Amino acid sequence: MAGHSTYVPAFGFTRWLDKRLPILRLTHDTMTTYPTPRNLNIWYTFGGILTFCLGVQIVTGVVLAMHYVPNADLAFNSVENIMRDVNYGWLIRYMHANGASMFFLAVYIHMFRGLYYGSYKEPREVLWILGVLIYLLMMATAFFGYVLPWGQMSFWGATVITSLFSALDQLIPHLGSAITSWLWGGFAVGDATLNRFFSLHYLLPFAIAGVVGLHIWALHVPGNNNPLGIDVKGPQDTVPFHPYYTVKDAFYLSLFVILFAGFVFFAPNFFGNPDNYTPANPLVTPTDIVPEWYLLPFYAMLRSVPQKLIGVLVLVGALVTLFFVPWLDTSKVRSCRFRPLMKQLFWVLALDCVMLGYVGSQGADAALNLGGMQLPLVWLARLGTAYYYGFFWVLLPLIGRIEKTKALPESIAKSVLGATGERT
Amino acid sequence: MRHAFPLLALALGLSICGLAFAEDTSAPLPVKHVQWSFEGPFGTYDRGALQRGFQVYKEVCSACHSLNLVAFHALAAPGGPGFTEAQAKAIAAGYKIPAEPNDKGEIFDANGNRLTRPGILADHFPPPFPNEEAARAANGGALPPDLSLIVKAREGGPDYVYSILTGFSHKPPTGFKVQDGKYYNPYFAGRNISMPPPLAAGSVSFADGTRSSVAQEAHDVVTYLSWASEPTLEERHRTGFEVMAFLVLLAGLLFLAYRKVWKDEH
Amino acid sequence: MATATKPEPTRRDFLYIATGAVGAVGAAFAAWPFIDQMNPTSAVLAMASIEADISSVQLGQQVVFKWRGHPLFVRRRTPKEIAEARAVSLSDLPDPVARNANLPDNAPATDANRGSKAEWLVLVGVCTHLGCTPTVSTPQAPQGDYGGWLCHCHGSQYDTAGRIRKGPAPQNLAVPPYSFLSDTKIKVG
Repeated sequence: MAGHSTYVPAFGFTRWLDKRLPILRLTHDTMTTYPTPRNLNIWYTFGGILTFCLGVQIVTGVVLAMHYVPNADLAFNSVENIMRDVNYGWLIRYMHANGASMFFLAVYIHMFRGLYYGSYKEPREVLWILGVLIYLLMMATAFFGYVLPWGQMSFWGATVITSLFSALDQLIPHLGSAITSWLWGGFAVGDATLNRFFSLHYLLPFAIAGVVGLHIWALHVPGNNNPLGIDVKGPQDTVPFHPYYTVKDAFYLSLFVILFAGFVFFAPNFFGNPDNYTPANPLVTPTDIVPEWYLLPFYAMLRSVPQKLIGVLVLVGALVTLFFVPWLDTSKVRSCRFRPLMKQLFWVLALDCVMLGYVGSQGADAALNLGGMQLPLVWLARLGTAYYYGFFWVLLPLIGRIEKTKALPESIAKSVLGATGERT
Repeated sequence: MRHAFPLLALALGLSICGLAFAEDTSAPLPVKHVQWSFEGPFGTYDRGALQRGFQVYKEVCSACHSLNLVAFHALAAPGGPGFTEAQAKAIAAGYKIPAEPNDKGEIFDANGNRLTRPGILADHFPPPFPNEEAARAANGGALPPDLSLIVKAREGGPDYVYSILTGFSHKPPTGFKVQDGKYYNPYFAGRNISMPPPLAAGSVSFADGTRSSVAQEAHDVVTYLSWASEPTLEERHRTGFEVMAFLVLLAGLLFLAYRKVWKDEH
Repeated sequence: MATATKPEPTRRDFLYIATGAVGAVGAAFAAWPFIDQMNPTSAVLAMASIEADISSVQLGQQVVFKWRGHPLFVRRRTPKEIAEARAVSLSDLPDPVARNANLPDNAPATDANRGSKAEWLVLVGVCTHLGCTPTVSTPQAPQGDYGGWLCHCHGSQYDTAGRIRKGPAPQNLAVPPYSFLSDTKIKVG
């Protein structure tokens, strides 16, 4: 809650600084005394984890950029130089590649947390929108980054995704081709494309950092939501951020880093695609072009429609949908803890995204063997896409009106400590 | 009704596990699974296998396949075949590297042959062909891929490469037409592979006296190629163990600190 | 309402201090790869040592090799050049130290201390003033007054043992670590 600052500079230097640039005051107010609901659970630690991930990606990325060469003839070998000859280059590269996967793992948990507890609802709509913006910037950054090693998947993934814009030719003749050749800097993905993708890949993370600053600011104005979804009523509902949440965030971050280290040191190519260890060849298309796992659900949506332009609109629409969530949900109750019907639909959405991800990972012609009958996976993709859209555009508005919600607790403190005020 | 959606999702999820390959004799066989000394979190490269594998690469594979990303000094680096620097230097000197222009600016001798110089530690393994076109011309139009990353560049990794190398002994099923100029290998996509069987029993006589069956040669060269693809594996596993131990300690301390801070709240 | 029991502050503080210390140590170990990655790579280090074939160097001639990114002068001195170098007394030298990596740091800059064989001079071709490459002096095209090298950037002049005699350069041209592998091959670095 944006309240009165209690910071009192204790030393001569800190008094002097506080009058000129109150940065210590800002730290004190936002990270030390900041009143935080006392009932935040593990799912609320992912904001801090995401900040850590952004830091890791920037530090490892800047260091990789000291050795990487963004030229189509040299890029692949420059990455291998990093892996083989640069001191600890293998470690920094694997941290960066696996860090991207960890970043998306954390962001999906973070987003689903927001959906479940109604953290997007009034008065946190702008917080949610900034978050969606960060997510889109992350997707763009990851897309550009994956092109840089200039492997087969780098090249052909870039070709497929940039070619999507040519679908616009159906709306306005020549517009799509003009856009794609503008993106490519040529007649196909090539050296010009690689260079500009490198520049943008270096730039966007700092844009992300800026939007993250706004995101945290937009959080601190109304204050954190909490698993009960009810407002903080007074100081008895909160604890100071430090030491309660600094230590809690640090602990859960350490668990996250253990998982991260597990991948980096013992399964560094688990998330990757072997085809990207083959240098890019514009004349040979890999048998299956697959993006990285975190883009697979949207890839499945794109391929669910045979018509190119509609497929693109379905993909873009799925992302644009996220911006409208605060207004699509009509429920007066925030948290799914008290929304029994929405809770189940939420879990179906989660499974739906996993299913779409699986479909996205398979070939375009893949099919399920159901007791002798072949079910093309594309029908699962269509079902999954329909549910995705239906969830946001039909169910969210509808369920809020018809659902019988459970009774909300009186306050956070009462809920945590029990009605008599004794610890439960 | 309440449970309909989750149950439907569950049913779909379970049936995904029933995904089966179509009956198709041109679909490749699943790869053979072999025990590798370097698999698992504590895996290391078997030094003997690396040195024998290097011998197989040098005497058999390097006739067609380059190893562009591997430098001679890597042969003496920790975590690798374990040659001494002197041995690696001698290996390097045994190779002919295209020479820089001489004082007259020439790179060919009077007979039109490329001028060469002996290799040094800093050089990489020289390719058998000067360019892709020459490689294709010498191999019936097919391009033998560079092997520096082959183990990481193929689904199935070392098992796949091993299966290909030992798969030539399979005879094609009746009715299967092997394309002209190709060979039957059931582990290769489409089962027609351009590479003739490269290994035969006894084609390499190992310096350490190991019997050179096809399986042995394949096992050793795949170990060597796995090292070529991932030379820092041993350092990665070692560092990983230390990092994990540290992180578990730190997580433990943070957990205790967390409980201590929250003991009287909540 | 929380009724806070007060555990001994020392026990609680020790845990926090221990945790913080372990975290700090971890951070230091984690920082090291990011610093070390800027050190020369193994590809660069593999070129730290070269073997130069000097069989083509004529008497009175200099051949320039590349060593660690710098020019390496290999000069085959004539008896006249050797005699000239030996005739110089140490007190005439602005820099009386040998600057020979194969000898102790304080070895004097006698001609004998500038190389293992009198006929061969192996020097790092980097002017000790601000790093330009000096031009070699030959009988056909003399450079400077001392028969050795002249640096055209700011006028430093070196003698036939590569020692600074005149001009702003503070030190003699450096002699790198080197040894003769045979009469026609030297290993440098």
